[in-house]
Amino acid sequence: MDQTLELIREARLMKGNEALAEAAIRAGVQAYFGYPITPQSEILEYLSREMPKRGGIVLQAESELAAINMIYGASGAGARVMTSSSSPGISLMQEGLSYIASAQLPCLVVNVNRGGPGLGTIQPSQGDYFQATKGGGHGDYHLIVLAPASVQEMADFVFDAITLAEKYRNPALILADGALGQMMEKVELPEEGSLEYPEKSWATVGKPKERERNIITSLFIQPEKMEKINLELQEKYRRLKEEVRYELVSTDDAEILMVAYGLSARICQKTIDLAREKGIKLGLLRPITLYPFPEEAVASFASKVDFYLVVEMNAGQMIEDVKLSVNGSRPVFHYGRMGGMISSPEEVLSKVEEILETQSVSNTSTGR
Amino acid sequence: MHKAHEIIFAGFGGQGVLSMGQIIAYAAMIEDKEVSWMPSYGPEMRGGTANCTVIVSDSKISSPIISTFDSAIVLNQPSLDKFEKAVKPGGLLLFEESAIINLPTRSDIEILSIPANEEALKLNMKRVANMILVGAFLEKRPIVKIENILNALKKVLPERHHHLIPVNKDALAKGKELVNEEIKL
Repeated sequence: MDQTLELIREARLMKGNEALAEAAIRAGVQAYFGYPITPQSEILEYLSREMPKRGGIVLQAESELAAINMIYGASGAGARVMTSSSSPGISLMQEGLSYIASAQLPCLVVNVNRGGPGLGTIQPSQGDYFQATKGGGHGDYHLIVLAPASVQEMADFVFDAITLAEKYRNPALILADGALGQMMEKVELPEEGSLEYPEKSWATVGKPKERERNIITSLFIQPEKMEKINLELQEKYRRLKEEVRYELVSTDDAEILMVAYGLSARICQKTIDLAREKGIKLGLLRPITLYPFPEEAVASFASKVDFYLVVEMNAGQMIEDVKLSVNGSRPVFHYGRMGGMISSPEEVLSKVEEILETQSVSNTSTGR
Repeated sequence: MHKAHEIIFAGFGGQGVLSMGQIIAYAAMIEDKEVSWMPSYGPEMRGGTANCTVIVSDSKISSPIISTFDSAIVLNQPSLDKFEKAVKPGGLLLFEESAIINLPTRSDIEILSIPANEEALKLNMKRVANMILVGAFLEKRPIVKIENILNALKKVLPERHHHLIPVNKDALAKGKELVNEEIKL
């Protein structure tokens, strides 16, 4: 009995949204601004209940536009801040995110992706990949994007995203989906207080005599100055490549490489088991950082596999990054469901078998 | 026993379908197993059908999204119509007797009808019908120990509801008893 209670204390069964929210408190987030939207409302609910008790500020803004601009202000003042929303709400935040990226401020944004376009559906989707990884708003900028694939990672990546955001003074985005937000799994929560607050000499917190005043702005009216800022940003994105993260599953002897992130990667793992029972040597590369994208890792398989299959819950978005990485040296196929529908492991396997069928036909016809 | 057991719980919102899945997931976690609990959370939850998928496994769970199940526990007709065909051959279909008009027809799975609502009324607690079904299910497929279901209840229920644990215990025992009576017939 005592041992039983011990186990419960160490590991908890939590929804992804709740695990993420609890992790945010433990990561020392000082202020949360947000507006409710399914399927991520548990984040705001949990933080509203728990965070004020533990020293943080939670404010339900009048809209997502207001929330992201509160983030801009609070981050400029040196606070560790976060917001969360789901697809339509994240679209509303794009102007603010562009400003924050330009002003080079750290913050954490969470998108629990739902089906779109438009107001869409509350079911899970990966339809926001382009928006998340290509900037999303106007101008030449990128967010740092992490894609969790389990409730454990929903919690862990809060720490990772904040660390990266503060190291590079850049907004970081956790791109999850409705299923990861709503499902429960066992989670061991990161230790509270283990994430130190870095020195923020740039923050607008009063001007001591020994330095010039700090200015936080995204308005650089002279093009020479604006170009300089852009060059700085591009230099930062080049440095960011050091932070690339990905996971390999059953790739040692793989003849076909699937590339999938988040929930799709979990589905593909089951597809691997089903395929290997039939003697089909499937492997998986799971990008963990969607930006920076693990292009070298993806390319390194071109000499080892017959083809790539990108599996996403969208019409084909990450496939563009995979194709750029592979650079025409191997065929790259896509399988995806849209609008909140989720592929089953069996459907993905059927796609693999269908490609194998057509590949063998075309190989025969070309005399190979 | 299977290395992994994949279960769907399905019925109307308000029948305790999501809780049944959660309590089994908690109990499995207490036994240090891997678990996933995936609810339907669509608009259908408001008065329509609700369901959750639970996977209990000795090893890491790959996909929490699955389309066939080792067991289905069904509490209404639309769910039976939808999930009877999703039970793996040799699997278990357990349903609440009074909720089903058109009976299942498959012959390659084990089918069990449990009068959970009727028995719950006899216990003066209509709401424990779901726990009668959990008791019956675990008698057929002992994937977690009953004592850990009770430990999980202690953990999940707020202190002010702990007086309900004995009636839940009775409901679990009743489920087990109904299965054994069924087999005797």
